[in-house]
Amino acid sequence: MDYSIPTINLSVIGPEIIILLTAVSVLIIGLFPNYRRWSISIVFIGIIFAFYDIYYLWNLNQVGFDGMVLADNFALLFDIIFLIGTLLTLLLSGNFINQYIRGTGEYLSLILFATLGMMLMASTNDLIVIFLGLETLSISLYILAAFRRSREDSLEAGLKYFLLGAFTTGFLLYGIALIYGSTGTTNIYSILNFLKDGSVEIGILFYIGMILIIVGFGFKAAFVPFHMWVPDVYEGSATPVTAFMSAGVKAASFAVFLRLFITGFSPIISQITGILAVLAILTMTVGNVIAIVQTNIKRMLAYSSIAHAGYILVALTALSRNIESEFSAASIMYYILVYTFMNIGAFGVVIYMEKSEEEVLKISDYAGLGFKKPFAAICMTLFMFSLAGIPPTAGFMGKLYIFSSAVESELYGLAVIGVLNAVIAVYYYLRVVIFMYMKEAVLDFSYLSARPVMALSLSISVGGIIYLGIFPQSLINLLTNIL
Amino acid sequence: MVPLNYYLILSGILFVIGVTGVLVRRNAIIIFMSIELMLNAVNLTFIAFSRYLNSIDGQIFVIMVMAVAAAEVVVGLALIIAVFRIKETVNVDEINILKW
Repeated sequence: MDYSIPTINLSVIGPEIIILLTAVSVLIIGLFPNYRRWSISIVFIGIIFAFYDIYYLWNLNQVGFDGMVLADNFALLFDIIFLIGTLLTLLLSGNFINQYIRGTGEYLSLILFATLGMMLMASTNDLIVIFLGLETLSISLYILAAFRRSREDSLEAGLKYFLLGAFTTGFLLYGIALIYGSTGTTNIYSILNFLKDGSVEIGILFYIGMILIIVGFGFKAAFVPFHMWVPDVYEGSATPVTAFMSAGVKAASFAVFLRLFITGFSPIISQITGILAVLAILTMTVGNVIAIVQTNIKRMLAYSSIAHAGYILVALTALSRNIESEFSAASIMYYILVYTFMNIGAFGVVIYMEKSEEEVLKISDYAGLGFKKPFAAICMTLFMFSLAGIPPTAGFMGKLYIFSSAVESELYGLAVIGVLNAVIAVYYYLRVVIFMYMKEAVLDFSYLSARPVMALSLSISVGGIIYLGIFPQSLINLLTNIL
Repeated sequence: MVPLNYYLILSGILFVIGVTGVLVRRNAIIIFMSIELMLNAVNLTFIAFSRYLNSIDGQIFVIMVMAVAAAEVVVGLALIIAVFRIKETVNVDEINILKW
């Protein structure tokens, strides 16, 4: 046997290495009480360096580790989305850090490890690395969900997330094993070549494997009927953690879906359009209908995030029908970016409203906020408008692109059901706005003090949704050419 | 040599036993053991395919899965112990304060 040493090109995973080093150094600095206060600055410096490295790698299309890892613009774009999500979450976590963490580095480094896992998932070309990235992400999130370990609800969220997450990891792995068995490879390009080749018949095992992989990532991205964990985990976890996982995990799962559908499975993906369409309809409808009856704002946002996974799934269905359609893929990426801004922003206002011990999480608690705390209320209104899809916010443009990509692929029924769902959703988003501006205050909001860092994070999110809503075209052009 | 199909059927049965265990048992530790059984069924599939296809990738994958499973055990058992300290039970039916 002859072995060749694979070419190792470390610059391909430059952003990942920077994030890893930052996470480890924060963990070590947490051991020295005198220097702990520097840890948050180190995290921000690390993230800025990672952004710079992404800027440097842009358009270079590097490949490394024997074709296992690649830094094409697609991967780098998702890296940017993950880092934006991480940055916004960290800006919102100030209060949580002071309250629960007391300077040790675990929270910050776990968030960074989870980001690392997401970045690996987006920038790989091999099922092994996708699996490793997914587990890096998931195991960090199990711990983060249960971070407030003196509290029963937080522990319950962590345990539920862990048991169900590990359960679906089994399905995902079985799917990968079957695909490996029927194609003889775990590399996504080799799978594509195998399918294109056509000399070997594609067996039933391959199809089962494909479905199991969709189940595995469908769980992470919260598709109905694999959504049962979402509301419980979102409610039980600390709100900054909820914000982080609602945006990041979904973005990472859809990055993997896009990579698999556009390269690996592209010759046969049109055969599962029907399954994806059913999943999309179920996910949108169940998410929106159950969200209507929620009284807890975190649970409402959890169901709304399920519904949003459904909208993105509509574009994914359109993509599977017409795999050449760069517009469908661009609309997915656009929506994920917009969703990161508006969802983290909405959770940001929830974090701002929370009291230290007794939490202020009922939607009725928001009554009268509009006149007591105008800035927070205006931000919340814009996020709710964007989530509901009301112009001029980016949420409107995102939904427009998604439904027009469904029409472009001649999925008229799906587009109509999607639009009807968006109409249902307006009800429960606007209810929050009505409470804020048209009801008398039940709470005394004097416990709310000005928090400049949090305001910065909210301003970035608001700026993002307004800018992308009014000037979407340059970003869409960029995204259309990215693949 | 034992044919490939025997291994696939065996691992399929092990996987189904694991899934059944997760769905019907109520003790968090037993559920966790069933999940480990599922992962090991997958490992068996990988090894069988790896031998059948004469490709080393499957065995590398198994090493990765075992490493990840070990990390999951650490986190999972820690979570179960933390829950037991507060609730004095690991029965998943009694861990139910989050509900719609």
